[in-house]
Amino acid sequence: MFGWEFPPRLSGGLGRVCQALTGALARRGCRVTFVAPTVAGDEAPAGVTLLSPPPTADATGPRAEGGRRRWSLHPYRRRRPSSGPAGWSYLAGDGVYGEDLMAEVEGFGERAAALVEGEDFDVIYGHDWMTVPACLRVKRLKGRPYVFHCHSLEYDRGVFPDDEIAAVEREGLKAADVVIAVSRYTKERIVRLHGIAEEKVVVVHNGVDEPARPLPAVRGEGEEKVVLFLGRVTYQKGPEYFVEAAARVLGEMPEVTFVMAGTGDLLPRMVERVAELKIGRRFRFTGFLEGEDLERILSESDLLVMPSVSEPFGLAALEALVRGVPVCVSRTSGVAEVVESAVKVDCSDAAAMAGRIVDLLRDPALRREMARKAREEIKGLTWEAASGRIMAVLEGLRGGGA
Amino acid sequence: MPAVCLYFQAHQPFRLRRYPYLEVGKGGPYEDEALNRRLLDRVARRCYLPANDLLMGLIDGHGGRFRFSLSLSGCLLDQLELWRPDVLESFRALAGTGAVEFLGETDSHSLAFVYSPREFVRQVEDHAGRVERLFGHRPVTFRHTELIYSDEVAAAAGDLGFEAILAEGAPDLLGRRTAGVPYRPAARPRMRILLRNARLSDDVAFRFSRRDWEGYPLTAERYAAWIRGAGAEGGVVNLFMDYETFGEHQWEETGIFAFLAALPGEVLKGDDWVFATIREAACLVPDGGELPCPRLVSWADQERDLSAWAGNAMQRDALETLYSLEPLIGGRFDSRLHGTWRRLQTSDHFYYMSTKGRGDGEVHGYFNPYASPHDAYINYMNVLDDFAREVRKEAP
Repeated sequence: MFGWEFPPRLSGGLGRVCQALTGALARRGCRVTFVAPTVAGDEAPAGVTLLSPPPTADATGPRAEGGRRRWSLHPYRRRRPSSGPAGWSYLAGDGVYGEDLMAEVEGFGERAAALVEGEDFDVIYGHDWMTVPACLRVKRLKGRPYVFHCHSLEYDRGVFPDDEIAAVEREGLKAADVVIAVSRYTKERIVRLHGIAEEKVVVVHNGVDEPARPLPAVRGEGEEKVVLFLGRVTYQKGPEYFVEAAARVLGEMPEVTFVMAGTGDLLPRMVERVAELKIGRRFRFTGFLEGEDLERILSESDLLVMPSVSEPFGLAALEALVRGVPVCVSRTSGVAEVVESAVKVDCSDAAAMAGRIVDLLRDPALRREMARKAREEIKGLTWEAASGRIMAVLEGLRGGGA
Repeated sequence: MPAVCLYFQAHQPFRLRRYPYLEVGKGGPYEDEALNRRLLDRVARRCYLPANDLLMGLIDGHGGRFRFSLSLSGCLLDQLELWRPDVLESFRALAGTGAVEFLGETDSHSLAFVYSPREFVRQVEDHAGRVERLFGHRPVTFRHTELIYSDEVAAAAGDLGFEAILAEGAPDLLGRRTAGVPYRPAARPRMRILLRNARLSDDVAFRFSRRDWEGYPLTAERYAAWIRGAGAEGGVVNLFMDYETFGEHQWEETGIFAFLAALPGEVLKGDDWVFATIREAACLVPDGGELPCPRLVSWADQERDLSAWAGNAMQRDALETLYSLEPLIGGRFDSRLHGTWRRLQTSDHFYYMSTKGRGDGEVHGYFNPYASPHDAYINYMNVLDDFAREVRKEAP
């Protein structure tokens, strides 16, 4: 199985998805070798082997950093802001990814394929376009069936998709024996935008793990409310709609705090927009968060808003829901098709979104009821269930293939 | 009898520490004490102590013919009182010679005049009281933060008893007039305005060590000749610059101290030339009549206006949010809250949020502890959010 991040090194949700998925597959008796550009090694679930290609010193290869050689990859091309004289920046990324992307993806493909050449396995499994070169090489070498697990499409990421990336993505989707899509929404786009046969695409929704800590109670009336945006601050996630809605809500409820947690290429523009709207008084930016900080921000929020322009799934919404935080999500998201009890909005209709946010913030009983119902609805969304469906796909390939 | 007026501005802000959202609600501390102490120690070692020594020697050596003016912001006074009383003593020793005039300004190096006239008055009065206690005379010359000036600033300073005021010799303000004589503020004809000679001042402050500058390397002899050229028809040549020019902005290795050491001798070679403090020049040099200035001018950047501190939306949102807290702080002027609010008014916080490119941007970058103006805004607003919660908690 090829991926590009794995805990503890994370950029977004995918590393955690890979960790949960490989663990669940291993519990079903599947032997998983997970290859990523960098693995720390101490977070492998039982039965999962983590590998990364050996370091090399050429220009397209891994770079030395912090005394260790490592690969740097980024699925979303962007510049990495430098840190300031004080050594920090709210705009700084996660530090997992680098810049010369296409060369790195190709380089990773080459070395990752070489790494597993001597191994024996039944199925090649790759997550998203970053692993396509690796998977195609191994497929050529070994002739095993190839599963492309699609978490996100290049067409989701921007108004102007990167043609090169879209081409790699398409090559992978076409070569794959089975495509797993994280939602019906994504399946429909794979079929329509990439011309992939419908029967080749299987929908498997993500699961979500229960938080380790007990759930916080929804806070009562009177306390100051916190509304959270959690995700990369990029076109895809619709951060500007969150800001516009915030301005409208603050016009009616001046004591609400809006928090934008995450970084991305649109963050500087969002900061400026907040200032232009003169809502900096009640609008906070956290920068990139992980671990304890992420847990804290979720537990302190009264509502999560996910106004994505195009969201294949939307794990952040599930993570809020299992913590008892109600969500407001855009209709163009995978999560909207699995959760009935979420407020669903058109991401670009700031007025409507603001209206729904105000309704929820003013009505603690409604929030409690929505959170409770939504939790019921997502009970079936577990990695146990998801891995069962994927296991069936894998068994089918092994039986029908070699 | 042409005069040279040297005036040095000394200021150090209390820079904020990284204050992420998850700390909002903890109630501080907001300032990066370790960083501020380190930078104060550095500037004391590189600039304040050696420059004070040098100037003291020049005052002694020229038997009272070398005189100049100095302004220390309240923030710098706070830092010296807290961490470097020895440096404060060395400034007091300069005051003791009688050859140095200390100026008045807003206590926290703020833009209060623009946003809160009441707070402006309190800050100027507090600062004047401190100067009198520390340096033995109540200031009679006023300089607003970053040399911000307008008819209204002059009137406000006049109401507080000031006799002279400083301004930038901005082309907009001067028109075809010369910066080489004092003027009368439109609203306060008994006061005098002294205008900075921008070119000659910046030759030292910004261009001294620039190798691609036609004047490089600048010797005291050559510079004195330029000064004499500028003052050929009498009047006053006003050289206003940051005190940190000496040893901090221009390092010792550039020869800046040797230049300063030689300058008085070179200027005084011209028989009738004198050095004067601001107040002396205001009294001695005949004025050039009334100088109206309806809009604000400053000494910063190319625009010479407020755009360095309030030029973009982040700066304006931060300033407006800050001053919107004044009613909540109410009359509690001596409280801890008021002291914190005052420190948050320091103009540097807003300067760090400037998004201007190139030329000016480089100057901004030099003083800036943040990675980006957006970081400066995010961090400042986190602190302000925390502070606003404190204020609301204690609101009567």
